[in-house]
Amino acid sequence: MADSISLNLISGRTIQQGVAMEGGKEKPAYTDACGIIEIDPADIKRLGVYRNTNVRVTSDYGTVVVKAIEATQGPHPGLAYIPMGPWANAVVNPNTYGMGMPTFKGTPIQVSIATNEPVLSSVKLVQKLVKE
Amino acid sequence: MAKTVTDVICPFCGTLCDDLEVQVSDDGTKILEVYNACAIGAEKFLHSQAKDRITRPRMQQEDGSYKEVSYDDAIEYTAQMLANAKKPLMYGWSSTSCEAQSVGHEIAETVGGVVDNTATVCHGSSLIAIQDVGIPSCTLGEIKNRADVVIFWGCNPSHAHPRHLSRYSIFPRGFFTGKGHKGRKMIVVDPRNTDTMKMADMGLQLEQGRDYELLSALRVAFRGEDLPDVVAGIPKERIFEAAEVMKNARFGVIFFGMGVTQTLGKNHNIDEAIMVTKDLNEFTKFSIIAMRGHYNVTGSGAVLGWQFGFPFATDLSRGFARYNPGETTSNDLLRRGEVDAVFVLGSDPGAHFPISSVRKIARLPSVAVDPHITPTTEISKLHVPVAFVGVEVGGCCYRMDNVPIESRKVVEPPEGMMTDAEFLTRVRDRVGELKAKAPVGSPSTAQVQGA
Repeated sequence: MADSISLNLISGRTIQQGVAMEGGKEKPAYTDACGIIEIDPADIKRLGVYRNTNVRVTSDYGTVVVKAIEATQGPHPGLAYIPMGPWANAVVNPNTYGMGMPTFKGTPIQVSIATNEPVLSSVKLVQKLVKE
Repeated sequence: MAKTVTDVICPFCGTLCDDLEVQVSDDGTKILEVYNACAIGAEKFLHSQAKDRITRPRMQQEDGSYKEVSYDDAIEYTAQMLANAKKPLMYGWSSTSCEAQSVGHEIAETVGGVVDNTATVCHGSSLIAIQDVGIPSCTLGEIKNRADVVIFWGCNPSHAHPRHLSRYSIFPRGFFTGKGHKGRKMIVVDPRNTDTMKMADMGLQLEQGRDYELLSALRVAFRGEDLPDVVAGIPKERIFEAAEVMKNARFGVIFFGMGVTQTLGKNHNIDEAIMVTKDLNEFTKFSIIAMRGHYNVTGSGAVLGWQFGFPFATDLSRGFARYNPGETTSNDLLRRGEVDAVFVLGSDPGAHFPISSVRKIARLPSVAVDPHITPTTEISKLHVPVAFVGVEVGGCCYRMDNVPIESRKVVEPPEGMMTDAEFLTRVRDRVGELKAKAPVGSPSTAQVQGA
């Protein structure tokens, strides 16, 4: 059990993300679908976190609180997955390295337990982060 | 009694399913049921009926709250913002019709803006690669009727294009593929054991970010040369096995997605994937297709292409079209602070751009045109709700294989709501008036007079 663990973050679509997005990004269902991080069971054990508790994800580019759940499309030890959306984009590597595309996949992150910190809704999260 | 509208186009993903049936109330105002669509498509149709839908433009107040304004006010604000900006960014375009895109480009030409579409965070890398090395491609109809080896590389259609497998690539029985999925070999390459990989005949779970290495290793394997014991986390025996399956195809296809375009290497990953396809054509017939996301991002590239010669990131600020990904792409422009106003239509950069870019949008004059409430509309100075294209208004859309399909109107929009094309046309006319009054000598005035 460690205070925080290092993982490699990727993001992408899930069907829940698609349905919740079309149902309204301001609704709680969107937060439930995308304000999460999928972590491999081995890494969950390494961090010593209970499933479905909140964790803080930090990279060189930002920090965000999301709910840790067990990987649904694993196993993928060492790899973490946040569905595409404002929560993932709070921490992804924005550098395009001169060709236009931010580096959405492959961001080194630190994950630590944050049981008492809330997962913000998409609108609240973005409105808060743009003021920083 | 209800009536059923058949052959409806689904305006969600690039698969652009054209077999939906929608049950509509007799007065043509309510959608009662959606048949044949995937969960996401059905939700899109049904959410257009939401009771809490915003039906009039809203202007952000100083305290951050929003106040309803008229469409006339919204048109005036948008036109003034664009006409007064030195270099506005006009981003989005992928969730609207080609007709609306074309009007938007006229505005960009008049005001000297930068037009960029969602390919910039999606298949922009692929478009650069295609310009570098070309693309041997085909339509989804050919896949359905001919393909016996289907590869999904860095894409997860079970989640992102839910009906792709059943309509075109794996399950359907076609002219030369009478056995359906029993006659097809399916290979999936992904760093996760995705739901698509779980269905595959062969799953290659590679190390994240090692796509270029694995693609290169396949090219070595096609030539029968030796490989290191393990490449990208895959043992060489598996690579040789996959190479044999590909070489022995009668007709093969590679579908690729964000797993390769957003991973380091980016356009070079696609270069290599296209070269794999080229190599395979020494042995058999092989094609490669990008799994485009939005239902009309391909159309945006097509319209920009025939109007200005470039598929995205087109800078019109000098009075002629320039294209230089890395410089004229949205995220680079925003992060470097090189635009002074942002107009967004048919996309949600607030949710899907890295936060450092979103921060810049929030600090600039900004207009978001979108039927939904999104993080973008909630940080923009003005939100203009419009009718849903493909639900409440028709228009031309391009499928991921560049086949244009006319989308259909199913129900009436809420009373008094404008469509994208109507709103853009009014803005275009107003911008034309404003620019005609501008002092002689500015490049955009000359353009308007010359037009």
